[in-house]
Amino acid sequence: MPQRDDLRAAFFEECEDLLAQMGDGLALMSDAADTPELETLHSVFRAVHSIKGGAGAFGLNGLVDFAHAFETVLDLMRSGRLSIGSTGMPTLLRAYDVLSDLVAAARDGVTEPSSMAAILVELDILADGGGADEEDIEFVPVPLDLSLPFASPVEPEPAPLGYMIAFAPSAALYLAGHEPAALLRALVRLGSARVIPDTDEVSPLAAFDPGSTALRWQLELSTCASRDEVDAILDTVSHLADVMIAPLVTHAAGMEEEASTQSRPSLPDQVPSEPGPIASLAMSNSDPVPVMEARVKGMDAAPASPIRGQPEATPVQMPVASTIRVNLDRVDRLINQIGELVIMEAMLSQAITNAQIEDGGDIANGLEGIKNLAASIQESVMSIRAQPLKPVFQRMQRITREAADATGKSVRLQTIGEGNEVDKTVIERLVDPLTHMIRNSVDHGIETAERRRSVGKPAEGLITLSAAHRSGRVIIDITDDGAGIDRARVRQIAEERGLVAPGAHLAPSDIDNLLFMPGFSSKEEVSALSGRGVGLDVVRREIQALGGRVTIQSVPGQGTTFTIALPLTLAVLEGMLIDVGGETMVLPLSSIVETMRPASVQVQYLGRAARMVASRGALIPIIDLAESFGFDPVGPLEQAILIIVEYDADRCVALAVNQIHDQRQVVIKSLEDNYGDVPGISAATILGDGRIALIIDPEEIVQSAAAESLALPHVANG
Amino acid sequence: MRQMLIEHTPDQSDVVSFRIGDQDYCIDIDVVREIRGWSPTTVLPHSPPHITGVINLRGTVVAVVDLAARLGLPQTVPTPRHVVIIVSVNSQTVGLLADVVSDILGIDEGSVKPVPDVGPDPTRAFITNLITHDDGRILRKLDMDKILPRSAGGQPS
Repeated sequence: MPQRDDLRAAFFEECEDLLAQMGDGLALMSDAADTPELETLHSVFRAVHSIKGGAGAFGLNGLVDFAHAFETVLDLMRSGRLSIGSTGMPTLLRAYDVLSDLVAAARDGVTEPSSMAAILVELDILADGGGADEEDIEFVPVPLDLSLPFASPVEPEPAPLGYMIAFAPSAALYLAGHEPAALLRALVRLGSARVIPDTDEVSPLAAFDPGSTALRWQLELSTCASRDEVDAILDTVSHLADVMIAPLVTHAAGMEEEASTQSRPSLPDQVPSEPGPIASLAMSNSDPVPVMEARVKGMDAAPASPIRGQPEATPVQMPVASTIRVNLDRVDRLINQIGELVIMEAMLSQAITNAQIEDGGDIANGLEGIKNLAASIQESVMSIRAQPLKPVFQRMQRITREAADATGKSVRLQTIGEGNEVDKTVIERLVDPLTHMIRNSVDHGIETAERRRSVGKPAEGLITLSAAHRSGRVIIDITDDGAGIDRARVRQIAEERGLVAPGAHLAPSDIDNLLFMPGFSSKEEVSALSGRGVGLDVVRREIQALGGRVTIQSVPGQGTTFTIALPLTLAVLEGMLIDVGGETMVLPLSSIVETMRPASVQVQYLGRAARMVASRGALIPIIDLAESFGFDPVGPLEQAILIIVEYDADRCVALAVNQIHDQRQVVIKSLEDNYGDVPGISAATILGDGRIALIIDPEEIVQSAAAESLALPHVANG
Repeated sequence: MRQMLIEHTPDQSDVVSFRIGDQDYCIDIDVVREIRGWSPTTVLPHSPPHITGVINLRGTVVAVVDLAARLGLPQTVPTPRHVVIIVSVNSQTVGLLADVVSDILGIDEGSVKPVPDVGPDPTRAFITNLITHDDGRILRKLDMDKILPRSAGGQPS
């Protein structure tokens, strides 16, 4: 049934949002585990509850069962009967992970995660009062019977208590066709009840007004049904009648007990009630406050019984910015068309210049307007593709937890600036490198708890993941407060692996950069976590493929910071327009270190053709770009311009070009769609005159040059 | 810029005929998107001689194949009088550089002839059929799959 499939897809999309909402809430809660904000708890609870509800509709029983167990713990917490403190928080977080997995498993139709059973047990322990009794663990593996939808696993045998219900229908209730007798019968079916009609207001027959309502009822209901079930019956008429529901503590207590009310604030006076301090509290406090459920035993419940602010059965959505889901193709098409508009504008302005119109003031003004408008439309369209980094950062919370569990360390991840927006594709391709770096920080950066205590640090390690916009790029920092890079050890390993010559002079930053060398793994024993033969060199390659750069700073004993600088979008690139053998080409600005005229510097020759230039104490090999593209060589270097580009961590090459034209933002166009891969070229762009310029990939230039002449000198650092 | 859009007709047997040098060639009209005048191309480095370069087709980068060079004839020296036939095959869009577009012709089954065994000429590999025309011309029908450069990551042939 396609319609059902649509609903299913919508459910899983909603689940993603709800899980994100939960992630936020749990993050807030872990910051203040002892005194969680009630609103936060509510929002997490509602998210789990909504997932449970939706899962039930689709018959996803595993998900329902787990969500129910999770919900139970959260419900206990928000009603104040359970304070999990900081010790229970990891369980909640792991339960959140399992819930995410279950949702994914249900969506993809794969088997449920194996960790589910263990977490269910942990949740059970939590629900039983924080798991204080170690012996309890002995019998907890007994699976929870969750088949009864609302049976609370907290109290296996809830005392058969009940509710005192005051029911005063309004005239509207009768007009709407409701029958009080039917409602009362439905309530009575929940247990046993004594129904007391209140006829005080019934006027004598002579003064009887058939349009007014006078009959009211009081119901002493003895039942083990939950408050939800009672509410469910009365919900349909709650806006047509004054309904008061109070837990029935003893049969004698009755209406004298402080009542919890579900009514609107405009509660008419005629309803017999004890307003007292509790009712006034209800007026002054608009925030939802948890209610002590009827299940609470004993007298201690009564004096503290707060007001029930919100019906539990109807979870209220948090206010969310209104959004629509749009197919990405449409956005991309729009981006292409805007790019066209910009080019057409440039061509039009060229044509007008050529036509040499006499008094062209108006035309020039109009053109200027179009140009500004086109630029602003382009910006707006680009921002459609931009998305906040938040989902990625949230995933990193989980990665941190798992990595910390795997290494037996205690680590907390703090995220800053997750609202910064980056192109969707960048975000997607950022997950892998970030995951790797977080694992790396937990595994290699953060010390064990004992080591940390011995050097006077808190036992819990802290990794800070922060994002910030800086000059058209987004900068992501991954900072740990660990031991920093053990440079002696790194150097030793690099020498053992033959990555550097023994005794070579290396600056501290050079040693740090050795971590990015292919085949470098500093951990002595290969750990289960990051020792997969995949090193930071892969991370660097992935970031570079996104047009970004990774750098590393480390202070021994204080920690290490990895900094990733990324372009905000993959659709636009800041480039330098250069002339190579008569062709206009674009060199990404991010790779350019400096430009120089060789006339002013000493060019050194090595052998027959290899040339180098000295810059800042380093000798940098020169590559003739035109020659490497198979065009006519630039010719005598004195007439060329050298552009020094960084193609690898701190490794530079000087590209000889004929001329530098301009520097501007260019829209990236793929060559591969209609042609294929071109060596040394990453993509193409369209210039203002409608012609195509190729975008140079400096790394590939160096690689092909190195492949062509093995004699290319390798002199990165004097 | 000279530009001319061709009405798309559902008739499968229509072909677009064009001249390269003094020979007549044709391709199925179904693959033809538009025909435009030649405009300067951007040279692709390391490209084979039959790739003239790339042009901007309303925001899309399209490679232009010099059909003469592709067929083993002397390379075309393009002028604004030359035409670029934009074709779309297997979701790949390519421009074909030809001297001039001559006609749109309805082909009737009987006039389609197999290529006779003419020996190892490089052009032979790109021709699927010969079509005899009423006025005595012979149209050489091109095999688009062989003409187009390989796309999607692979090295262009």
